[in-house]
Amino acid sequence: MASAIFYILGFTALAATALCITRRNPVHAVVYLVNALFALALMFYQLGAPLVAAWEVIIYAGAVMVLFLFIIMMLELAPASAEMQGPGWRRWGPVLLLSLVILGCTLALLGIQADQDGVPAFWVSPRAFGAALFDQYALAVQVVSFQLLYAAVGAFYVGKGSLRRRTQGEETP
Amino acid sequence: MPEWLITLTLILVKLGLVFFVLLTGAAYLVLAERKLLGRMQLRYGPNRVGPFGLLQPLADAVKLLTKEDFIPAQADKFVFFVAPGLAAVTALLAFAVVPFSPPITLFGREVPMVVCDLNIGVLYFLGLSSLAVYGVALGGWASNSKYALLGGIRGLSQLISYELAMGLSLVPVVLMARSFSLTDIVLAQQSVPFALLNPLAFLIFLVSVAAESKRIPFDLPEAENELVAGFHTEYSGMRFGLFFVGEYINMMILGAMITVFFLGGWLGPWLPPIVWFLLKVLAVAFFFIWVRGTLPRLRYDQLMHFGWKVLIPLSLLNVVVTGAVLLWRQG
Amino acid sequence: MNLWRDIKGTVQPFWVTLRNMLRRPVTVRYPEQKRTPPPRYRARIVLTRDPDGGERCVACYLCSAACPVDCISMQAAEAPDGRRHAAWFRINFARCIYCGLCAEACPTLAIQMTPDFAFCKDEPLRLVYEKEDLLINDGGKDREYNFYRHAGIGVVNPRGGNDDEYGPVDVKSNLP
Repeated sequence: MASAIFYILGFTALAATALCITRRNPVHAVVYLVNALFALALMFYQLGAPLVAAWEVIIYAGAVMVLFLFIIMMLELAPASAEMQGPGWRRWGPVLLLSLVILGCTLALLGIQADQDGVPAFWVSPRAFGAALFDQYALAVQVVSFQLLYAAVGAFYVGKGSLRRRTQGEETP
Repeated sequence: MPEWLITLTLILVKLGLVFFVLLTGAAYLVLAERKLLGRMQLRYGPNRVGPFGLLQPLADAVKLLTKEDFIPAQADKFVFFVAPGLAAVTALLAFAVVPFSPPITLFGREVPMVVCDLNIGVLYFLGLSSLAVYGVALGGWASNSKYALLGGIRGLSQLISYELAMGLSLVPVVLMARSFSLTDIVLAQQSVPFALLNPLAFLIFLVSVAAESKRIPFDLPEAENELVAGFHTEYSGMRFGLFFVGEYINMMILGAMITVFFLGGWLGPWLPPIVWFLLKVLAVAFFFIWVRGTLPRLRYDQLMHFGWKVLIPLSLLNVVVTGAVLLWRQG
Repeated sequence: MNLWRDIKGTVQPFWVTLRNMLRRPVTVRYPEQKRTPPPRYRARIVLTRDPDGGERCVACYLCSAACPVDCISMQAAEAPDGRRHAAWFRINFARCIYCGLCAEACPTLAIQMTPDFAFCKDEPLRLVYEKEDLLINDGGKDREYNFYRHAGIGVVNPRGGNDDEYGPVDVKSNLP
């Protein structure tokens, strides 16, 4: 049972990623990427890392991809019209994918309670994960988060500089 | 009957029951909201369909189902079809982790009164509420209408901003309960509900939940006097109905979440646990309706200012203070 | 204190709405509770008669000219004594906006508004009222108003031949 779910999810993740990089419409690409991330999150859950699964959904699907979508919608990068033409699989492919994910979810939820087969070999509780993150590897986590902070400040500085130059350029002539 | 079949049947019965109660509850919440808003404005509200208007939700459903399902030309059909479903499904799924009563004994086995007691229940709820953005954003984008697009963009930025405050205001709860499981969080409130123990977190959660459910005073994504109907401008018939029902299911879920996180869940004297749970959820729902009848809509810059400059710093401060107090009490 | 004012401004309205929620609604539940509209309410239009029972309308077309939606139409006709009347008179209530301009324009008080507002039909054509449907056996708002002895009849009769009319004065006999 567990391996069946694994294969369903794996196929979904691969197919969604492949579709993501071949789409012309950026919004569709984002939707497929979210799909892939969702399947990955479920795989993490199945492998005994519920915290990572939740973070995958909250941070990647729920925040990063939403920001991508936000930018795409703000800048109107997506073409206004999207005709659903071409062979039938292009119309039914997404439906099939989504149904596979839903099927995977349902099986995973049922499998956890229904039989022992669904329980993975080892299970990392959120507490153990947190302890490892903020106790054992505290220094590394701090260093990485500082790096991210530097990156954010640097991006802000660079962006502000170009903005200032542009406004100055507009003022001079 | 084999063991696993009984378990499966119990799960399915539980699912069906929760589904039924949630949908009926959402439908009647619409009626309750219309009635209460009417009374606040010295009107009666719907009172024509059936006694006291009790069949109004049914009439609404029939109306929505028989209306023309209109698809704008140039709309991105697939995304347009899926978005309302996303809005409703993410709302429905979140109820899977809500414990509404202590476990009961049935057929000589202990049945937990929760569809699935995840040990990361809080994160599951946060994840689903962050996925709920997609229904709004994709629906607004796929309609290919400027009002819907503006509504979708507003919805996106509002939901991202308030999700942070919501997540941060849950950190003290998790700190105090020392668990991510909603059942454990309820059980940790045996003596004092967290709303009294940490009123600041409660207030922040309440405000950001109101913003998450896109209700007045935070209904900018569908501000009807600026954006026609915001992200669901182009939807009609049952697709609009799904958005609508999703909003009310969301209201019930968030009411249940406030109940579980801050009001002590099913705990309470004298009455049976499930009654206490329902009472608390309904009280929160009433509060949301009351807010809708009272406060005007915020301006967009006020919304962002309030979210980023007030709520998030306050909730960060709250996390630090709560953590310090807990450490100090541990010795 | 700005913050205090904001908090007060946010919390106080809750009390107002709660108080209002516990008050009796002011709604009049229409089909069960009927309210008499004031006498000058503008609803269904009627054609009135003078105290003697004659039609007041002289088919002057002023109402139909004043009507902003052009829902009044008629055909003028003349009696042998020169008295004008409407051969047919038609108001399309499906178009009427009940503005009362026709009643304002009417020089003979013939066309008047009544407070009877509940006369909707399930078919628009049944809202087209003919003269028979419009005429009532009453003087309406001013029952004593009786105009037609004095005016409205043409100059068929010699001067002084009508009721209450002096004959022409010979100015030459009027000299001092």
